[in-house]
Amino acid sequence: MNTLTYANIFTIGIAMLKAIIILIATVAGAGLLSWIERRVLGWWQDRYGPNRVGPFGIFQFGADMIKLFFKEDWTPPFADVFIFWLAPVIGMSALLFTMAVVPITPEWGITDSQVGLLFFLAMAGVAVYAVLFAGWASNSKYALLGGLRSAAQTLSYEVFMGIALMGVVMLANSFSLYTIIEAQKDGWFIVPQFLGFCAFVVAGVAVAHRSPFDLPEAEQELAAGFHTEYAGIKWAMFFVGEYVGVILVSALTVILFFGGWQEPALLGYKLWPDFLPVYPFIWFALKTSIFIMLFILIRAALPRPRYDQIMDAGWKFFLPLSLANLLITAAVILLQQPVAGGA
Amino acid sequence: MSTQSDTQPVATTKGHEVVRELVTQFGAETFKLQATCDGIPTLWTPKERLLEVLHFLRHTIRPYVMLYDLSAIDEQLRTKRRDQPPADFTVFYHLLSIERNSDVRIKVALSSDNLHLPTAIKIWPNANWYEREIWDLFGIEFDGHPLLARILLPSNWQGHPLRKSYPARATEFDPFFLDAAKQDAAQEALRFKPEDWGMQLGTKDVDYMFLNLGPNHPSAHGAFRIILQLDGEEIVDCVPDIGYHHRGAEKMAERQSWHSYIPYTDRIDYLGGVMNNLPYVLAVEKLAGIQVPERVEIIRIMMAEFFRITSHLLFLGTYVQDVGGMSPIFFMFADRQKAYDVIEAVTGFRMHPAWFRIGGIAHDLPTGWDKKVKEFLDWMPKRLDEYYKAAFMNGILRMRTIDVAKYNAEQALAWGVTGAGLRATGIDYDLRKQRPYSGYERLEFDVPLAHNGDAYDRAMVRFEELRQSLRIIRQCLDNMPSGPYKADHPLTCPPPKERTLKDIETLINHFLSVSWGPVIPAGESSQMIEATKGINSYYIISDASTMSYRTRIRTPSFPHLQQIPEVIRGSMVPDLIAYLASIDFVMADVDR
Repeated sequence: MNTLTYANIFTIGIAMLKAIIILIATVAGAGLLSWIERRVLGWWQDRYGPNRVGPFGIFQFGADMIKLFFKEDWTPPFADVFIFWLAPVIGMSALLFTMAVVPITPEWGITDSQVGLLFFLAMAGVAVYAVLFAGWASNSKYALLGGLRSAAQTLSYEVFMGIALMGVVMLANSFSLYTIIEAQKDGWFIVPQFLGFCAFVVAGVAVAHRSPFDLPEAEQELAAGFHTEYAGIKWAMFFVGEYVGVILVSALTVILFFGGWQEPALLGYKLWPDFLPVYPFIWFALKTSIFIMLFILIRAALPRPRYDQIMDAGWKFFLPLSLANLLITAAVILLQQPVAGGA
Repeated sequence: MSTQSDTQPVATTKGHEVVRELVTQFGAETFKLQATCDGIPTLWTPKERLLEVLHFLRHTIRPYVMLYDLSAIDEQLRTKRRDQPPADFTVFYHLLSIERNSDVRIKVALSSDNLHLPTAIKIWPNANWYEREIWDLFGIEFDGHPLLARILLPSNWQGHPLRKSYPARATEFDPFFLDAAKQDAAQEALRFKPEDWGMQLGTKDVDYMFLNLGPNHPSAHGAFRIILQLDGEEIVDCVPDIGYHHRGAEKMAERQSWHSYIPYTDRIDYLGGVMNNLPYVLAVEKLAGIQVPERVEIIRIMMAEFFRITSHLLFLGTYVQDVGGMSPIFFMFADRQKAYDVIEAVTGFRMHPAWFRIGGIAHDLPTGWDKKVKEFLDWMPKRLDEYYKAAFMNGILRMRTIDVAKYNAEQALAWGVTGAGLRATGIDYDLRKQRPYSGYERLEFDVPLAHNGDAYDRAMVRFEELRQSLRIIRQCLDNMPSGPYKADHPLTCPPPKERTLKDIETLINHFLSVSWGPVIPAGESSQMIEATKGINSYYIISDASTMSYRTRIRTPSFPHLQQIPEVIRGSMVPDLIAYLASIDFVMADVDR
């Protein structure tokens, strides 16, 4: 066993510092994203969006934060107070914790867990409780309907999300996200795991409750769904939680299917000449941003399907699709392995 | 004014085929024929034989399938009733036959001591709300009605406002104070009691959830409440609750001069702008015997079609938004802005120009109007093609709306559905073609139809109507007749400028016309038009005064909302939202 030498304390201190920086950066990124989303939507919809506070309106999220912090923190008298408080805490923290296993660059990341991917799946499962609790504790009919929808939707979509990722795990032979990235040195998994990618992105949008899978808070139907009764900072926590979800799912898509921090490589061919410099962080940030933009673009472009249509799509299309992906991947791996024991 | 006779010659309808049929069936002594200016056969029927007569008309060959309108008149202060039987109150049934393309109006006289009539719900289901409205506003009871509750006014309201004995101005009442007790009482009156509506609270296995959708809800399109009886997300039954937007427009008509009532009409269907002025001024012009110049007719059509475009664009945007697509509404607001630029340049206002006048329009088209109109006509078609591709070909939108909230032609007619909601069921009934008014017969356009009667078809019919409206406007632009913008008639209000301030006669005429307003000859008249949301009409009774004696506004949205429970039972909440969006209603148009 190691004793607490100065060197060890120093290492721990550095690790903690990194963790704090990454968490703060994620939350700040989520806040900034609320501004980016509105500006980008505005751009696509022939209007301005928030452009008044600071250059290009960039301080809008600061202004919003001040507003939300100082808004009356109202708890409805008919609510179940403890759970009503607990819900936004889970909503914000569950997906934020998952950032602990996300490798940003070879050096930057909080921990290289051997079960990183499983940790993500577990945390995504915990995040459902935020919506469920909020829907239940609000003691309001619209919130309850939102909570019910969320429970059904998440259950259906997490089933095949896990299965969709098993292809990647088999190819990399590990649950560690670092190992998965290393395994993509010579070719991103987007090509061999295209079906898995499709299923994961859809499930990821659903996990983040983003349009068109925003049924738990479908404004046109349920007013604000599960967070109808929330205001001020508690509401803001749900809000930040949603954007953390967007960042996280985008980052994971990049890590699992697009080689994480690595430069482009497909099917064994490096598309980035060796003599050019490599910037792991820039690659990671660039790729993640593309997927974040995709999230926003989807919201701008698509109407929302009905609740039972979403269920149908989940169970009747995406679940079989990810199962097929799993079987095909397994079969290909078995065929490529040297025959053991002879036939 | 004294040169005017106080009554106008009226169209006789003695030889009308429905009159002959009724006389053959029930005998000539049963009916008393009344002459009106609108040419609709109007027959007074004894109360005892009312149901028989209505039943006969509903089931005769080429039947009167639609109860188009049903309301009442307080006759107690009316002086010029000429050939009409004695009555304190009159209830009239306006029936419409699609096959005959003609109407009949059945009137029943009631005396104050016995304000009872049998209900007509068994013959036309949409009589339900109309009868509640009559009870609410006139205090006439309908025997056999399942729940004769107030509909436009709060349930704890005192009195029946459309009676002549009820004050029309706030100053005639005691000052109003809202204290806590009164507020609580008003809140309590809003509590929904399912038992009153014959609804089960649950079955042996299920407790239903009663969900208040509205009066404030993002998709209720105004102050509209609908109470849902839910099993999970499935709608077992529902009760639409209206009246939150009621402003007493019909009562106000009895206190405004003929001229100064025009701005109120703008606000009935507040997206329809000058389209709302059209049935009113046409009905008044019929009473006054004014023939407007051709230029007026074409300008009126052009501006009305501009408002059809702005209204339909808002409909399409909110429709896509209600099924979850957030972007189209922004694009459509940009287009509406272009249309409003033209409207503003021509009328001086945007949403509620109140621009039509009795006998003409407020002023002539401004210089350069044609350039503005042309710009808009060049801009719009490309955008429509884009919307078609981006919104209506979208798989999710189609999945959400095809086969959702479906009803057939028979149901539509039974519930009094008009406009795009009717044409989406395959019935080719557009008043602009069937009964051209204001010169529509001179214009070429098609009537878009659909056959499935679902939420998608209703939207597609309106979408195609946009193109047709552009076609109509282009024809107006290319063939704008020259001539005066006001009729040369003593009752034109305000009088043409060249007929004012010339000598003492014209000075007095002008002064009276703009201070009192014109005195419209006694009589009854009505005009139906194909408005943005369906058929809108004004039934106007003049007692030879400067104000209307009774103005009945029949709006299309009222029956459309009444139909909701029948269509939506068994569907899910999101279907209801798609359905509400596809009705295209405006609460001001429902509650008046």
